[in-house]
Amino acid sequence: MAAGWRPRRSTSFRVCRSELVLLDALLLQLGYNATLVSIGAALLGGAAGISGTFLFLRKRALVSDAVSHATLPGVGIAFLVMVFLGGDGRNLAGLLIGSALSAGVGLLCMNWLTRNTRLAEDAAIGAVLSVFFGFGIVLLTVIQTLGVGRQAGLEGFLLGSTAGMLLSDALIIAGGSAMALLVILLMRRPMMLVAFDPEYAAARGLPVHRIDMLMMGLVMAVTVVGLKIVGLILIVALLIIPAVTARFWTERSDRVVVIAGVSGAASAYVGAAISASAPNLPTGPIIVLVSFVLFVLSLLFAPNRGVLAAVLRHQRFQRRVHLRQGLLALAQRQPIYEPLTLRLLRRAGLVRADGVATEKGRARAAKALRDEKRWELVRSDLAHEAAAALYDGLREIETVLTPDQISEIDRCIGGPQEVSA
Amino acid sequence: MSGAEFVPLSLTPLLIGIFAAVACALPGNFLLLRRQALIGDAISHVVLPGIVVAFLLTGAIAAGPMLLGAAGAAVTAVILIEAVRRLGRIEPGAAMGVIFTTMFAGCVLLLEQTDTSTVHLDVEHALYGNLESLIWLDATGWSSLWDLEALRYLPPELPRMALTLLGVAAFIALFWRALKISTFDEGFARTLGIRTDLLGLALVIMAAIAAVAAFDAVGSIIVIAMFICPPAAARMMTDRLETQIGWSVVFATLSAVLGYVLAGYGPLWLGAADAVSAAGMIATVSGVILAMAARFGPCRRRAGAPAGV
Repeated sequence: MAAGWRPRRSTSFRVCRSELVLLDALLLQLGYNATLVSIGAALLGGAAGISGTFLFLRKRALVSDAVSHATLPGVGIAFLVMVFLGGDGRNLAGLLIGSALSAGVGLLCMNWLTRNTRLAEDAAIGAVLSVFFGFGIVLLTVIQTLGVGRQAGLEGFLLGSTAGMLLSDALIIAGGSAMALLVILLMRRPMMLVAFDPEYAAARGLPVHRIDMLMMGLVMAVTVVGLKIVGLILIVALLIIPAVTARFWTERSDRVVVIAGVSGAASAYVGAAISASAPNLPTGPIIVLVSFVLFVLSLLFAPNRGVLAAVLRHQRFQRRVHLRQGLLALAQRQPIYEPLTLRLLRRAGLVRADGVATEKGRARAAKALRDEKRWELVRSDLAHEAAAALYDGLREIETVLTPDQISEIDRCIGGPQEVSA
Repeated sequence: MSGAEFVPLSLTPLLIGIFAAVACALPGNFLLLRRQALIGDAISHVVLPGIVVAFLLTGAIAAGPMLLGAAGAAVTAVILIEAVRRLGRIEPGAAMGVIFTTMFAGCVLLLEQTDTSTVHLDVEHALYGNLESLIWLDATGWSSLWDLEALRYLPPELPRMALTLLGVAAFIALFWRALKISTFDEGFARTLGIRTDLLGLALVIMAAIAAVAAFDAVGSIIVIAMFICPPAAARMMTDRLETQIGWSVVFATLSAVLGYVLAGYGPLWLGAADAVSAAGMIATVSGVILAMAARFGPCRRRAGAPAGV
């Protein structure tokens, strides 16, 4: 039996306390180390969300996966070099420089494979990812055999660990994130142009390839900076999820960037706070799960692209179709059996409970039938070709044609005629 | 090297490595041509959550529930990715990134929250595998291969991996014509009455089975590398699918053998005392093979592309 399923001895008092601790953590009251981690994480999350957006809009989201896995050999090599030079192998700046170099090499390999061979980009991503990661693991085992104790902490780069973070580490993370944000601010317009329409950007004379490399370089910088907090396997999530989340809320690129930055920063900040409030809550996974919660909320409830909005839109459309068909049926005195149609007509006060049309219902039905006839003429007349293209069986004819045009059409139809009984 | 040393210590890991490599490389050929190469990456990220959940539910390290859990996680991931892609109208790569990182994060959290330190179940193990420890201690030499008593104590991963390889090979042989047609021209395959959607799903499921079985024995890093590197290298050698599959099997075997030997004996030749990770070394060798093929392979360029573009 796994120990984890034993009922916990948690009392309401303890729940209360842990909530207080979380509040303290959110308000940066939990001591020096936790505060450092929270602020560093928020900056990192913002930078990751923003640079990930360009990658996502360029439809190359998974490139970040290759970049992040390619950092591992660099970490190992940097550690070995620093140890052989007689220094402390765990110096964060040295490890980050090493990881940036090997991520850069991985990026160049990937680019070379896609440009000079027949491999598609996804295959190049997978090849770089697996080979670099495998080589990194070889180096990690080499380091393990060098001597016990000295390698402690390198495994932390796989999944991130914030325990024992120093002020210098936090400063490196904050500074790196701030620099990435600055570069993005300066280069946002050309990067956005390339992300949206590389052919157009090339036609405008922009160096598309170099801007692509800049984008990748930013992703690389964010990855390297984030190694310490979230680890190389999960940093991908920080680059992809906020961008996807932001895309639900707006159709404007500048707002997508801002929303992605804010949601990335918020999830990193809240995640770091939650992780500081209780033991056994690793920072990286918590941050990823918080940003996933934001993603799911957006997927469901975003105003235009969300699932709920789509369901409501569909229902509205369904109701309009049923009402329209019901009115046409009333006008042609056909019996209506469809329960939804009957219910909608009754609720609108167009038919009585026994299914007979009311005064208002007859008027609306006659108008619907007349509109249908008007549309028929419009669609058969080439002069109205542009208007006829808008016909979908639901559109009110008044929204397409002017009153003059409608009365012109009505003249062709002719007035109402007496029906012989 | 004498048989008395080689058979118990190296023969079984070597065979398991080869079987795992080939079992992943075979479906990898089709995934590569269908531009689904990263499916192997996604599967190997979500297999660990499945195994962890299976372990927490059953409380024991047993092959059956774990394989079921891993397969369940793989299917869940495929469904979730498809749901996110359709509901959110998101491009498949990003949808994949959202789902597999989240599942992996959830699994790491579960591992930290529950006490699994008593058993050999951790993230590092899942990444590197434990190929070196799959030894056959009951063997005394080459003659043990005919000794039923010793054969009973073979590591169970070996027959399991061999069966998986047979299953994958049988699937590809059985559906060869349909797979080939639908990979190159899906529209034409549909006009012939081939159910391309079902076939595509079956291919992904076969890949998942190979990944799960290999994952158990050799860790996820070999799985990703073998899905992509040998087929990609083989792609540079030929324009014919049959030949490509042949090359990919050769490359996969070569990576497994060379990687295992280099990891086990390479450090000794260099004067170091201990071996390095065999899984990592196999992936590295497959990368070197891919690099050679990409540089010198006869068919490395895109057909019709001018040089240097």
